[in-house]
Amino acid sequence: MTTIVSPRPEALDTSASTDNYLTFTKGFRSWALTLDHKRIGVMYMGAVLASFLVGGIFALLLRTELLTPGKTIVSADMYNQFFTLHGAIMVFLVIIPSIPAALGNFVLPIMLGAKDVAFPRLNLFSFYLWIGGAMFTLYSLAAGGFDTGWTFYTPYSTTTTTGGVIPVLTGVFILGFSSIFTGLNFIVTVHKLRPPGMTWFRMPLFLWALYATAIIQVLATPVLAITLCLLIVERLLNIGIFNPSMGGDPVLYQHFFWFYSHPAVYIMIVPAMGIISEIISVHSHRQIFGYRFIAFSSIAIAMFSFIVWGHHMFVSGQSGLMNTIFSLISFSVAIPSAVKTFNWTMTLYKGTISLTAPMMYGLSFLFLFTIGGLTGIHLATLNTDVHLHDTYFVVAHFHYVMMGSALIGMIGGLHHWWPKMTGRMYNEKTAIIASIIIFVGFNITFFTQFMLGSQGMPRRYYDYQPEFQIYHVISTIGSYIMAFGFFLCASCFVQSLLGGKKAPVNPWGGRSLEWQCSSPPPHDNFSSPPKVGNCYDFSMLRWDEKEQGYVVDKELEAKSIAAEARGHS
Amino acid sequence: MTHSHSNTANEGHPLVGHLVPVSTLVATASALLVLTVITVAVRYIDIGEFNLWVAIGIAVVKAALVACFFMHLRWDRPFNLLVFIGCIIFVILMMAFSVLDTSQYRATQYTGNPPVAQETLDANAPGAPVARFKPELNP
Amino acid sequence: MSHASVPHDGHSSHADAGHADGHGHGSAEHSKYPFLAHHFETPVQQFDSAKLGMWLFLATEVLFFGALFVAYAVLRSRFPEVFSYGSHYLDTVMGGVNTCVLILSSLTMALGVYFAQRGKRIALVVCLWLTMAGAAGFLVIKYFEYSHKIHDNLVWGPSFYIPPHDAIGEAESVALAHAPAPAPAAVPAPVNSAPTGVPMIGARPAVDASVIKPASIGPGGLGAGVVNSASAVTFDVIPSQIPAAHLEDPNMPPNTHMFFAIYYAMTGLHGFHVIVGMVVIGMLIYRATRGDFGPNYFTPVDLVGLYWHIVDLVWIFLFPLFYLIH
Repeated sequence: MTTIVSPRPEALDTSASTDNYLTFTKGFRSWALTLDHKRIGVMYMGAVLASFLVGGIFALLLRTELLTPGKTIVSADMYNQFFTLHGAIMVFLVIIPSIPAALGNFVLPIMLGAKDVAFPRLNLFSFYLWIGGAMFTLYSLAAGGFDTGWTFYTPYSTTTTTGGVIPVLTGVFILGFSSIFTGLNFIVTVHKLRPPGMTWFRMPLFLWALYATAIIQVLATPVLAITLCLLIVERLLNIGIFNPSMGGDPVLYQHFFWFYSHPAVYIMIVPAMGIISEIISVHSHRQIFGYRFIAFSSIAIAMFSFIVWGHHMFVSGQSGLMNTIFSLISFSVAIPSAVKTFNWTMTLYKGTISLTAPMMYGLSFLFLFTIGGLTGIHLATLNTDVHLHDTYFVVAHFHYVMMGSALIGMIGGLHHWWPKMTGRMYNEKTAIIASIIIFVGFNITFFTQFMLGSQGMPRRYYDYQPEFQIYHVISTIGSYIMAFGFFLCASCFVQSLLGGKKAPVNPWGGRSLEWQCSSPPPHDNFSSPPKVGNCYDFSMLRWDEKEQGYVVDKELEAKSIAAEARGHS
Repeated sequence: MTHSHSNTANEGHPLVGHLVPVSTLVATASALLVLTVITVAVRYIDIGEFNLWVAIGIAVVKAALVACFFMHLRWDRPFNLLVFIGCIIFVILMMAFSVLDTSQYRATQYTGNPPVAQETLDANAPGAPVARFKPELNP
Repeated sequence: MSHASVPHDGHSSHADAGHADGHGHGSAEHSKYPFLAHHFETPVQQFDSAKLGMWLFLATEVLFFGALFVAYAVLRSRFPEVFSYGSHYLDTVMGGVNTCVLILSSLTMALGVYFAQRGKRIALVVCLWLTMAGAAGFLVIKYFEYSHKIHDNLVWGPSFYIPPHDAIGEAESVALAHAPAPAPAAVPAPVNSAPTGVPMIGARPAVDASVIKPASIGPGGLGAGVVNSASAVTFDVIPSQIPAAHLEDPNMPPNTHMFFAIYYAMTGLHGFHVIVGMVVIGMLIYRATRGDFGPNYFTPVDLVGLYWHIVDLVWIFLFPLFYLIH
């Protein structure tokens, strides 16, 4: 049954010139009311990157404020609002939608071989929900800002006098539904829109990751929604369910919040892991090692994520029994994560590694995720956590995972699929330099914070002891370096849009279906039904100088088919 | 009448979905009504702890009836059933952990104001709640 | 868990059928079935997708309510006496009638799906109207329940202990708000904040710890003895003509307001879902009257039916958990 036939690239090229999704229809309305998953993905990407800029500016302001003890540029109240905004924007507006909604929307149906997601209207609706949520979040600034931290812990969030709390809660509530609908759409698409031949175990690992993410989005996000509702009702109507002076229970709030927000951490990281699976195998031109293990570890992470939330509450008044249980279960997440990391390393081993820009981000991910993951073990350990809780150690840990892994994975994926999205290549050299600068800047910024934290500097503090200053200064310098790296990266993309080389069908040598359609893809994704093969078998591809990309070599293909047949018999 | 009448689907075999006969639906509704009467009746019998569990048990049976027959789950694709049962399992999971936790720390929990707040209250307004509340109510 | 263990759910076979002439709008299936969207190959695929999507949405609804059920469980395990006391203020007859109304409207909805599948337009429209009537009836009964409760001062939060529409209570609040600062200087009067919480005690005594019993009484509360007796005085002086009969009840357990807090939260959210249900059923009635549905295309009726049944299902649990506590 496994005849692997790849369409000839030249056959697809003819359709490419006449029909691509970017120029299929023109005008503002054709974008604003589009039902095309690719355009929605591109719009998400633009919106997410804009939010990333805003969140990043807040981060730089924070770091600048922390250059000296006491006041440097802003007042303490302002500082509280800054870190809250930085957190809320980066979590709810950037990282959570970045990979599933932006990249996933663009890539998932093409990778799957479908013409669109299952519910295109719902997809567009969820984009506008995102816009609505972002508007509310912005409005909260006008309404007086909020200083609760992105976690909105009660009773502070129900008593603080900053006026923007209810608008931002509403905003996050709406963003939550945007996320739910994206996840719902993806699950149905993966289940029902696979073309003939695309079995579960032929799906690229990015799809497995998005599928696992979608499960979390659908199951966890409603709990956040109802929690935020209760918080709004608590503030408006004084209902008292979380208010200890009325017999309510603030720890219950934290249970609710982390029942969503711990899985949400995996909404951020699991799709990034999927991207890395693609990048590592494509750019080292080697069959992914342990396909099924990586696929199932995504599902395993999604499931484990629901039973470890209590490790955020070790010092919140959670009972000793639950502390122990949650600490124990938390370690189990290390297993699927490590399975993935080892498999990626094994894929690299003896691979033909091309040090392209996506690969540079892929390697950064491996390094940073290892540090971020292993420090997570310190924090899951009950007695160490009591010391490290709410210090800069935690800040450094989750930045290594959220930023060093999830965001770097997103940026890597953007580099990987950029030629497909825009039909343009970027200046590879600049992109690689930018990735190195980001990597160096990142480590300078956040590795220092591990030291700060282990010496006892608490997070979210405006002022500090003079002996901590040297670390803060180094960290701030690192953040400036990183900002420069991101600007270089952005300029690289702008340059590509303005005058980049035309992208070939298959610039990296990928085998999944999106590398079979033209760059940029046609409106209906595939002009003829795609042929599904083993998306990690790169043996039949060779570099073609004329195409400036990879093409399927007839001889190699025949050999590969023969080899496959031998393997099956 | 409707545009799709031209494609006459075979009786009992619609193009999509499953046709559940009226008799089954009416029987389900009757069972639900009977169970409602039972669950109300059980309230007035004291069987201690079991009152709660009987009530929940009857509710679960009713829910299963609604899901199987009204919602067609009995004939639907198994994955839809898995989705439904799966999400209920997650609710139970959240409930089990949260209740286990709160029942553990309850013994060490203050139900009233924190000591400092109560002291402030007592110092600044001795006997505060009552002292202020009383005269207003007895004009 | 084993989402992955259902590898094919029978979809590829359907997809094969419409695949012969490739993608695009012009395929035989698409010209035969005008309702078939361009990215689906067959009506079965479209129907199954819609169904799965709806079931996933129902899963989010279950978790949405689920969190409130968790809050209920936590509160009930903490204050069992409050729940069995508070339950007696709820009207079992009204609740029971409402349960029956919802079950019957669920039946008419299910019959509506049946008639849509059979292509019986008139019967479908009648069933949808009956369902709508059931929903409206439920809300009317609920309205009477709520208004009785509110009249009797059985509400959430601090107001539970202050009779509403009561000039004395109003005057007292006003007087306290303008009182010559008995509050500790350290706590500034909040301007635009929620009127609750420990830090605000000095500033807002009328609605805060001063009148809420848990502030003073509680199994583990500090100084329980002192304030306990004080609270008792409070109840002695409440005039008997006040509709809040529960305040005169010396046996009322502390924190009884929490029962009503969770009662209003859960039934309120459920009521909101009923209202949403009426809106979508209204849209269905419009489309059904127009004649949109038939044996081949009845997906919207089916999906709204699923939604309506889950609303019924939630009530099936709410009813015994609030009204039928022994």
